Amino acid sequence: MITKRIIPCLDVRDGRVVKGVNFEGLRDVSSPVELGMYYSSCGADELVFYDITASSDGRKLFTDILCETARKVFIPLTVGGGINTVEDFDRVLKCGADKVSVNSGAIRNPSLILDAAKRYGDQCVVLSVDVKRVDGVFRVFAKGGRENTGQEAIAWIKQCVDNGAGEVVVNSIDTDGVKGGFDLEMLEAVCDAVSVPVIASGGAGKIQDFITLFQTLPKVDAGLAASIFHFGEVHIADLKAQMVKENIPTRRV
Amino acid sequence: MVAIIDYGVGNLFSLQSSFAAIGAEGTVTADKEVLEKADCILLPGVGAFADAAEKLRSAGLDQVLKALAAKGKPLMGICLGMQLLFERSYEYGCHEGLGLLKGAVRPIADVIPADYKIPHIGWNGLIMKQDNPLMKYVQPGDCVYFVHSYYAADCDEAVIATAEYGAELTAAVASGNVLGCQFHPEKSGEVGLKILKAFVEMGEKK
Repeated sequence: MITKRIIPCLDVRDGRVVKGVNFEGLRDVSSPVELGMYYSSCGADELVFYDITASSDGRKLFTDILCETARKVFIPLTVGGGINTVEDFDRVLKCGADKVSVNSGAIRNPSLILDAAKRYGDQCVVLSVDVKRVDGVFRVFAKGGRENTGQEAIAWIKQCVDNGAGEVVVNSIDTDGVKGGFDLEMLEAVCDAVSVPVIASGGAGKIQDFITLFQTLPKVDAGLAASIFHFGEVHIADLKAQMVKENIPTRRV
Repeated sequence: MVAIIDYGVGNLFSLQSSFAAIGAEGTVTADKEVLEKADCILLPGVGAFADAAEKLRSAGLDQVLKALAAKGKPLMGICLGMQLLFERSYEYGCHEGLGLLKGAVRPIADVIPADYKIPHIGWNGLIMKQDNPLMKYVQPGDCVYFVHSYYAADCDEAVIATAEYGAELTAAVASGNVLGCQFHPEKSGEVGLKILKAFVEMGEKK
């Protein structure tokens, strides 16, 4: 039976993890490579590296650590941040990324998903979308959630999937950082609209939030989170043990 | 030495790295002499069947692989590489494969319920069907990482493992020295590395 995926997301700037934390046995808490290996050993099913570098020097540092990670971590690796062209896909795929996540790049350039999917296959293209309710309507936000594009989110997601996005990461701005649980209403609306895997993001604060997510919305394929893993508020091994206890299909390591 | 066949499809970086991680030498090559010297041969592949089969043929690698397989050299296909070992595929038409394994590649949509997502993507548990040295370090239920929309059909005799996705889909096959994994061992964590280790050991015995 296909298992529910648990995905930690690492923000990387100039080749270093932005939110470093102290995990036992980790020599360098800001090393994406070490943190990636640590998460992989704890049972993470996939890693997301999000490049928040602005400079081209920083980009080079990012691809260097990507190569280094791909040499040492043998689980799927998704890369996002600063993906605006098919050449950007090429740059990170060559360094060992398996999937590439596009967000603002797809909003700016509507043919990006189509072009990338044609060249690398749908399975390689992940749509990441920041969604917020505005007057009761789900709207797509760009630039890290700062700018309302005015686009209705479900229509946008459908359009991207039709163009070849093979997975969708739905990040709810409304629940992000609140730690009160995932945005079940928003996720359900997306699951009902598309037939590709849906990854829930934004709002997880504790183990039970993931259990509630998978039990309430069996169509959701994965849960993604960042700071709760990095700050040790939720340990992936504990989370997976609880998922097993609750009879949620889970990969054990 | 494991020869990883380079015929212009997909990224071989992770595969090469995973052999390094188990202390084996993985050489990315399309050179016939290197392939002949190799202890075992890995046929990777992502993308479309017809395109990949054509690339193998135009490089003359189809004949080389058939000859080396006939000599008993362990040959393993991964994902699309596994599908290419079969007689034919019904991905966008009907296309001829290498014919080293009996069977055909068909859309998973033919056998799975309509509400299952396609592709079959993610970690799924292995259901063992036959004992095979390839799986000697692996336990039933161990999860491996799949990404595919087509599966190997009509090949019951060769199936050594399946995965449940609304139907039992072929996960691994073997017929003598010709082997295949539908999943990606190089992306399947420790379990995947164990499978690659077992494959390398098959070559060492020769």
